[in-house]
Amino acid sequence: MSTKQPQDPIAIEFDHVYKSFGERARRHTVLNDISFTIPRGLTTVIAGGSGQGKSVTLKLILGLLYPDSGRVLVDGINVPSLSKRELRRLRTRFGVLFQGSALFDSLTVFENVALPLRERTRLSEEEIRARVMETLEQLELRGHEEKFPAQLSGGMKKRVGLARALQLEPEIVLFDEPTTGLDPIMTQEIYQLFERLQKKLGYTAVIVSHDIPGVFDLADQIILLNHGEVDVFNDVNEIVHSKKQYIREFAKMTMGDLFARS
Amino acid sequence: MSEPTTYEEALPLWLRPFATLGDQLLYLLTDFGRMGIFLTSAIIGLFRHPFRFRELIKQLNFIGTGSIAVIFFTALSSGMVLGLQGYYSLHKFGAEGMLGSAVSLTLIMELGPVLTALMVTGRAGSAMCAEIGIMRISEQIDALECMAIDPFRYLISPKFLAALISVPLLTALFDVVGIFGGYLAGVKLMGVNAGAFFSGMEQSVTNHDIRLGVIKSFVFALLLVWICTGRGYFVQQIRGAGFGAESVSKVTTQAVVLSSISVLIFDYLITAVLL
Repeated sequence: MSTKQPQDPIAIEFDHVYKSFGERARRHTVLNDISFTIPRGLTTVIAGGSGQGKSVTLKLILGLLYPDSGRVLVDGINVPSLSKRELRRLRTRFGVLFQGSALFDSLTVFENVALPLRERTRLSEEEIRARVMETLEQLELRGHEEKFPAQLSGGMKKRVGLARALQLEPEIVLFDEPTTGLDPIMTQEIYQLFERLQKKLGYTAVIVSHDIPGVFDLADQIILLNHGEVDVFNDVNEIVHSKKQYIREFAKMTMGDLFARS
Repeated sequence: MSEPTTYEEALPLWLRPFATLGDQLLYLLTDFGRMGIFLTSAIIGLFRHPFRFRELIKQLNFIGTGSIAVIFFTALSSGMVLGLQGYYSLHKFGAEGMLGSAVSLTLIMELGPVLTALMVTGRAGSAMCAEIGIMRISEQIDALECMAIDPFRYLISPKFLAALISVPLLTALFDVVGIFGGYLAGVKLMGVNAGAFFSGMEQSVTNHDIRLGVIKSFVFALLLVWICTGRGYFVQQIRGAGFGAESVSKVTTQAVVLSSISVLIFDYLITAVLL
């Protein structure tokens, strides 16, 4: 197992990854020989239509799914080749905000956010309380700590999910469709929050989203997934002026107004 | 002619049943395999630190204490039915004195463990399956794994231990209440001699019979908690279950049916081997 220096500018690398689902002839290829890199300390947006393998990409990074072939490297470590124990150690460096927030229904907001600290650290109850309250304050959730997830709005759930994801000070934070089900104003607020936190904490952010072009404002790098193929762009202009016909069509379809302006 | 779209359609007609059969067998094998790995992980999870003592108490309360009322009434009614039925059968041969031994042996070796396991499956097993199934489809289990928290230690193993503690105790309660029901029906209603009832019981019930009942209750507890939590855990991998809320409801039904049938099958197997 090769380990690179943690200061390597590349945080995550996909190296000729194939992934398909289904059995035999019903097999559907989602990722077809995908290669790209995700730079450290910046925000990368993985965009694409439904069913193009965006969430699959995240699950491959986390080792929740295994590729059919190819390598998924995090800091130069091939995730699919890790043992359960090594995988668990690697995951402590990740924070994940799930699509549906994945908060534990039977725990309060406070208990949800405190869970990673209680389970993964040896901090005392007072220290945990102090840290959780500080994060809740930061995310404007003060006063809601005794509520249960079912009593929260969609946007609040996302913020609690984010608070929980950030508790162990992750180096890489993965966001799976963070604005699904939110209204445009809430979406903007969440994006501003992401930008602020990323600047402050300096983690590597990977955002999977179909909120195009809204999410592109956050991006230092954009990865477009389309029918198992991958294209990497540095900003939205590159997409609009791409030489590839299908990218321009995709751009026209998903961000017609922006396209017209350019 | 259109292009074949599935593997089966590409085969000559006479081969297709074999393909389907093989497909089913492979699925069954995979399913057994993952349930086996699940069981191993749940047992290993029991020994992982830190053990969740509070969760164990919560589950003991849910599986054990919560089932006392339903076990009490099931035991009382089945004990009384046994007392009545036994009386009528034995009366024909003038052997009413055997009623105590008939009722207690039936309860301790068969009805106690089996009916307790079935009632707990229906009450707590279904709830455990649905709870874990919902946690799976709402990504809560993935979230645990991403926080590097072992879902077995955190979620599954306390349920295993709670079931292994509660079910034998509930079975003991079932036996006692059932025998009391038999006493009520046989002695108080039908007039069998109380001394004969209890001395018959004392003479015929041996340690071996009690041990058999206890072994059964442990095995049934393991079966029901394994199948119910396991089906919930793999809710997305079960063929024909569909997606979302529908999959949880179907898999919960499947879990209850499967664990009830396995309890009955294992009841026969254990009796055949150990009697």
